[in-house]
Amino acid sequence: MTRNERDTLLDPLFDNNPIALQVLGICSALAVTKQVETALVMTGAVLFVMVFSNLAVSALRRHIPSDIRIIVELTIVATLVIAVDQVLKAYFFDISLRLSVFVGLIITNCLVMGRAEAFAIHNPPLPSVLDAIGNALGYGLILVAVAFVRELLGKGTLLGAPILVTIADGGWYEPNSWMALAPSAFLLIGCCVWAIRAWKPEQMEEVGDDV
Amino acid sequence: MTSEIGDLLLKTIFTENVALSFYLGMCSFLAISRRVDTALGMGLAVTFVLAVTCPLNHLLHHWLLAKGALAWIPGAADVDLGFLSFLFLIGSIATTVQIVEMAIGRTSPRLYAALGVFLPLIAVNCAILGTSLFMIERDYSLFESFVFGTGSGLGFAFAIVALAAIREQLRYSDVPAPLRGLGISFIVVGLMSFGFLAFSGM
Repeated sequence: MTRNERDTLLDPLFDNNPIALQVLGICSALAVTKQVETALVMTGAVLFVMVFSNLAVSALRRHIPSDIRIIVELTIVATLVIAVDQVLKAYFFDISLRLSVFVGLIITNCLVMGRAEAFAIHNPPLPSVLDAIGNALGYGLILVAVAFVRELLGKGTLLGAPILVTIADGGWYEPNSWMALAPSAFLLIGCCVWAIRAWKPEQMEEVGDDV
Repeated sequence: MTSEIGDLLLKTIFTENVALSFYLGMCSFLAISRRVDTALGMGLAVTFVLAVTCPLNHLLHHWLLAKGALAWIPGAADVDLGFLSFLFLIGSIATTVQIVEMAIGRTSPRLYAALGVFLPLIAVNCAILGTSLFMIERDYSLFESFVFGTGSGLGFAFAIVALAAIREQLRYSDVPAPLRGLGISFIVVGLMSFGFLAFSGM
């Protein structure tokens, strides 16, 4: 693997994280982070859709007229999402109920469209696939980190297994129901952004520029 | 009848605000809220697209996609094209956005220049597809879906202008450097949506 390819794969994890720096794919990050399990399933679904949409867009990049490229890209993404949705409904019905409309919203997950539009349409298939894997993992990283805190503090469990035994089950932990509400995800993602930028100061926004 | 429509409109703007209660359209909500004037342009463009696509998708759903919707074609009464709905809904949204973009470009170059790149981005604003999906789930009538679409758009416009106003004021605050910009915006939006939770008892 050349240096360039490695950078394409690894940059989106911290240096160019889709949620913390590119502001892509935030809606779903809020909705599916109540439990680690749904966050993992969502990451898997996005990974699958992104790899194949980047591959298809990149393979067709010389044949898509630029006037209608958004419609073409959306059609490719929508087809893949329908496949994921049907598979989840057939084999993982309870998870598909918990993700509800958010599987459908992968179509408009700006992360998928954004990378197709920003990367795959200008680059050959192999780097596009690496870019998709890197971005999906960077997205999943924030998702799982937020879900970890929300599930642990909100319900005292991780992946459904009790870690902090709650008072209702005879333990000592009083669940923080605030963590079960969606706004807490905003605050946690804000803290993730803070942590990443404190670690990598080059991502900080200029003082005096637009806030 | 009129009071029901009024209720629906108020509900979509405040109690069920598409941005602050359902967290849809967050990417453009955060990315395009640096200044009040661009935020207002974005909000109005979203309102317009929602007011058009919501009734349009209502027609598509009831004449083409729902189970039994093809009864107007002889012999196709029990065809269920429901699994194709994502494809059709996003297709109609992308087409509307593209037509709106061309129409505004021809008729009003000034508005076109002001909206700039936000117009094509609306196609992937999940608030638009989300509203259509909710409209189908709740089985609204054609007129109700128009009101629902317009109300959701106005709610989005209201929320994004409010956020932009707060962010303009934040320029004068002493925010820790790594938190400046995106980080503090996430926290502000979190606090705003806590505020909107208070509407939910109404």
